[in-house]
Amino acid sequence: MQRSEKLQKRRLNTDKFFKIGATAAGSFVLVVIALMAYELIDGSYPIWEKEGLSFITGTDWNPVEGRETFGALPYIFGTLATSAIAMAIGVPLSIGIAMFLSDSSRKISEPLGFIVELLAAVPSVIYGLWGLFVFRTFFVDWIEKPLHNAFGESIWLFSGYPFGLDILTASVVLAIMIIPTVSAVSREIMKAVPHMQKEAAYMLGSTRWEMFKIAVFPYSKTGLIGAAILGLGRAVGETLAVTMLIGNAVGPGAIPDSLFGPAQSMASIIANEFVEASPASMHLPALVGIGLVLLLIAMAINVVAHMLVTRMLKVREGVVNA
Amino acid sequence: MVNQKRAEYRMLFKQNVERRLLVDKIVRSVVVACVIIAIIPLGSILLEVFRNGAAAISIEFLTQLPGAAGATGAEELGGVGHAIQGTLILIGLASLIGVPIGVLSGIFLSEFGDMKLANYVRFYTDVFTEFPSIVIGIFAFLVIVLVLGHFSPLAGAFALSLIMFPVVARTTEESLKLVPLTYREAGLSLGLTKFTITTRIIISAAKSGMITGILLAVSRIGGETAPLIMTILGSSQFFHSFDEPMDALPLRIWRFSLLPYESSVLQGWGSALVLIFVILAINLAVRYYVFGKRINIFGLFAKQRTGKKI
Repeated sequence: MQRSEKLQKRRLNTDKFFKIGATAAGSFVLVVIALMAYELIDGSYPIWEKEGLSFITGTDWNPVEGRETFGALPYIFGTLATSAIAMAIGVPLSIGIAMFLSDSSRKISEPLGFIVELLAAVPSVIYGLWGLFVFRTFFVDWIEKPLHNAFGESIWLFSGYPFGLDILTASVVLAIMIIPTVSAVSREIMKAVPHMQKEAAYMLGSTRWEMFKIAVFPYSKTGLIGAAILGLGRAVGETLAVTMLIGNAVGPGAIPDSLFGPAQSMASIIANEFVEASPASMHLPALVGIGLVLLLIAMAINVVAHMLVTRMLKVREGVVNA
Repeated sequence: MVNQKRAEYRMLFKQNVERRLLVDKIVRSVVVACVIIAIIPLGSILLEVFRNGAAAISIEFLTQLPGAAGATGAEELGGVGHAIQGTLILIGLASLIGVPIGVLSGIFLSEFGDMKLANYVRFYTDVFTEFPSIVIGIFAFLVIVLVLGHFSPLAGAFALSLIMFPVVARTTEESLKLVPLTYREAGLSLGLTKFTITTRIIISAAKSGMITGILLAVSRIGGETAPLIMTILGSSQFFHSFDEPMDALPLRIWRFSLLPYESSVLQGWGSALVLIFVILAINLAVRYYVFGKRINIFGLFAKQRTGKKI
């Protein structure tokens, strides 16, 4: 009798510990996010004290001791501009791919989907290497120079002389990098549209495109916007490929006067200067401050995106972990 | 009169259908073009990496330390042996931290997932998966490098494990959820504790899905560069202590690409080829292992079904 009570107690204890352990591991992510926010605020505190809001609105960047000024506006602009162009190119392409993958036979869509997802497995530094030594020469000769020759004088966007290390090249490579994410999520969302809706559209005599127009798009609108924003979140945080292609300008010169001007994104200036920054000077807090701004932007984007996507996929929760 | 009207309507109908079919055809070709445009870069990347990388690969390249940059002979140029070693050490250390936390938190989400806390955890795990990796690098720098006072492989492994564990957690959750509820009920009816049910029944049923998730995470951190810049810094020595900078393949590729010498760029391509191979090899090795295991399990089932003794 006593023995079985003891056994019972031990079993209960095991379960209790198991539950506590699992809960602790689960809460780890919340702790890490909170700690990360605290550390970044703490690490960048000196720069907010010194520059105040002009850290975000200023354009000067001078880490030399004695003449230190730090303004992050050009880099915030660089990040937003490259991401916006990448979205403008990548999202329509991804939605096209998702349309194809969600509505063709399994024999075609499975291997193709696999190939597109392989694009996501290629490390970003290899994208950068490829962009720098292969894509850049092609892009300058076949796209940027003709654009410059044709519109250089009339449209300011194409006025600078193309060299290849510029905002447009970085954006196009970025677009290639977000295609797998956006198309994989969009495909899942389009697949979640009930078959009845599609069949009803076909029954009314619609062509395939009209079926998409009247049955799929209205139903999946929210989710597709979410997928696009998810891609935006990835584009904003992307570091290496952008660093290798954007031209790495610093200070007021980092706000380019055309699509063919060198610029700098938030992630790339951190990658370029972080190791050289001494913890004793204001340089390091300034870079940590940029990291904080980047974190806030990325987090806001991702929270919105996940809310839209999970609302859409509530029935099939968890499909999206691309 | 009626016939005339009828002919007119018929023509209008024909025009309408023709126009719609034309639009459909145009959209279809645009969509196919989208797919082709997306595949071209992948083909180009793989082709260039293999073509340029193959020229750089040699025994010295895989085992030696880097020599003089820009040198002409293969012997003076050296190799990336230390970076390959560094990447493997980093993957190992990061998995050591990231996999247990990820698996446990996946178990939490799946087996104790009805709590309010679990919904928050699930949501923020998803959000954390998409965090900019460079910010995670800064975090590791502030928490470990600044506290220790020097760059360390431990900081790099910590940063990578943070990138790894949410991926592991979510895929573990998904594969645990695929195990039918009846398995759990069968366990409960035998009077087993939840701990035993989870570790002995559920996990062994969901193993292959979990391992796939872990592999996914490993191949993701294997190519991660940004957080390594400020944690392991890079060096040109083999690893000999946790107090010194270390090198890793992605970091080395970046450094090579910054050098103005043609031979360095070639070495960069070589390293890229090695990196792709390392990631592929890890994938294939473990997948082969899982596949082999699964055949054995099925064999056991088959034998039990037919009533033969094992």
